[in-house]
Amino acid sequence: MGVQIRNITKTFNKFVALKNVTLDVQPGELLALLGPSGSGKTTLLRIVAGLEFADPGHGQILFHGEDVTYHSAYKRRAGFVFQHYALFQHMNIFENVAFGLRVRPRKLRPTEDEIRDRVFTLLKRVQLEQLAKRFPSQLSGGQRQRIALARALAIEPRVLLLDEPFGALDAKVRKELRRWLRQFHEETHLTTLFVTHDQEEAFELADRVAILSEGNIQQIGCPKEIVQHPTNTFVHDFLGLDI
Amino acid sequence: MGAFTNSRALASARHITGPLPTSARTEPAWIRTTLIVITFAFLGVFILWPLLTVFHEGFSKGFGFYIETFKDPITIKSIELTLLTAAIAVPLNTVFGLAAAWALTRFKFKGRQLLIALIDLPLWVSPVIGGLIYILLFGRQGTLGPWLIDHDIQIVFALPGIVLATTFVTFPFVARSLIPLMEAQGHAEEEAALTLGANGWQVFFRITLPKVKWGLLYGIILCNARAMGEFGAVSVVSGHIRGKTNTMPLHIEILYNEYQFAAAFAVASLLSLLALITLFLKTYSESRTAQQLREAQELTTLSH
Repeated sequence: MGVQIRNITKTFNKFVALKNVTLDVQPGELLALLGPSGSGKTTLLRIVAGLEFADPGHGQILFHGEDVTYHSAYKRRAGFVFQHYALFQHMNIFENVAFGLRVRPRKLRPTEDEIRDRVFTLLKRVQLEQLAKRFPSQLSGGQRQRIALARALAIEPRVLLLDEPFGALDAKVRKELRRWLRQFHEETHLTTLFVTHDQEEAFELADRVAILSEGNIQQIGCPKEIVQHPTNTFVHDFLGLDI
Repeated sequence: MGAFTNSRALASARHITGPLPTSARTEPAWIRTTLIVITFAFLGVFILWPLLTVFHEGFSKGFGFYIETFKDPITIKSIELTLLTAAIAVPLNTVFGLAAAWALTRFKFKGRQLLIALIDLPLWVSPVIGGLIYILLFGRQGTLGPWLIDHDIQIVFALPGIVLATTFVTFPFVARSLIPLMEAQGHAEEEAALTLGANGWQVFFRITLPKVKWGLLYGIILCNARAMGEFGAVSVVSGHIRGKTNTMPLHIEILYNEYQFAAAFAVASLLSLLALITLFLKTYSESRTAQQLREAQELTTLSH
């Protein structure tokens, strides 16, 4: 269960971004997709989110057993956090977090009071409830990313997808948020797929790491396993270069 | 080779350390003064003076006569026709413009460049040609003429023709004011909205539209100004039937040709007034658009 990625192939024009990728994210697990730029990790994440689609007939995506391969992004209920936050500039922080609740079909939409409660619970959770009335442009990068996370959590996502979430932040904030995210994961155990090119980040945060290169998964395992027993020269070099 | 690099290095070093001009943007005082005076003189003689003349001539026979002009049923009809035409053409072009800008900035497809060029076409061809196209298509001798006559549908020399010609001439404004803005903004926010469960319409109305609203308003205002003021294209298709197919600009010409100068200028002053209001609104929305564009660019530079 969790997220099952089955034989996904993705071609852009003639460039093959993903070659028959199969990957299981266990329920409650935080799995990092680690790889150099151009390795296909973001493409894979976007396919899981439904923002891109695999080549027709080439692969399947399952969320907790349900086949969502052909579901549009808005039907998947996958929380997505973008590298550059993608907060709604014209809405204040409260409305940003409330967005996912407000766009629900009328029958499923919570009442105004429920929305208020939910949003403030989430803002407290990311320790930013005092910023509810501010606009994204008035926030620091670290704050924006925590709001982006709160916004993604508002829809009670079935999986959480993070695309280089700390990539645009400076080193100090990045480290703080990394620890914070790990702690957050300990509390919620939300099935999480995390894309990064920073191996330190991947190894510190993730339960398991999948290393991608040129559209293939080179190795998958817990951080210790990978460091101690790299399966091929690519993994060896990739890790060696950075350490 | 070595000598070459050396002399280059020397040259560039001199370039850096050599005496700098006081500032790249500061010219001697007399040049500045002259340029400013010339600009103001030009604007005064060619724009402000004629504009004031319009109002002056309009009121030359007194305020009473000015008001009388607008009680003339033919004048009233021309104002109505102008407003009606704008009221149809502007919403049409708003929808077309939005759709075109959306398609051109969201999707990369074959023929995209051609489509961008086609959007600009009405700006390149003379408005008279814009009018003639419709005569050639829908006129009595036109391609579709006989069929239209058989079905008793009147297009040229009637409201539909005027609306078509106006729509043709004013097509580029909305699309052109939106495309650069939407290109700069990218579509990350739309994607975020999608993952949060918003369907296409919700994404459009809650995210895209608010993001581009000032640029859109700017385009609509320009489009409207041109729609109300268009002479050439409308002149060709209108047929100049007094009290029926004359818009304000056409009516002004007729009054003028009949030596009713005060009346012509009175109507012209109303048209000018509309233009001035447009200018005011335009300036405001333009500054807001520029601000949005700056924000979008800041965001992208910050993130790269």
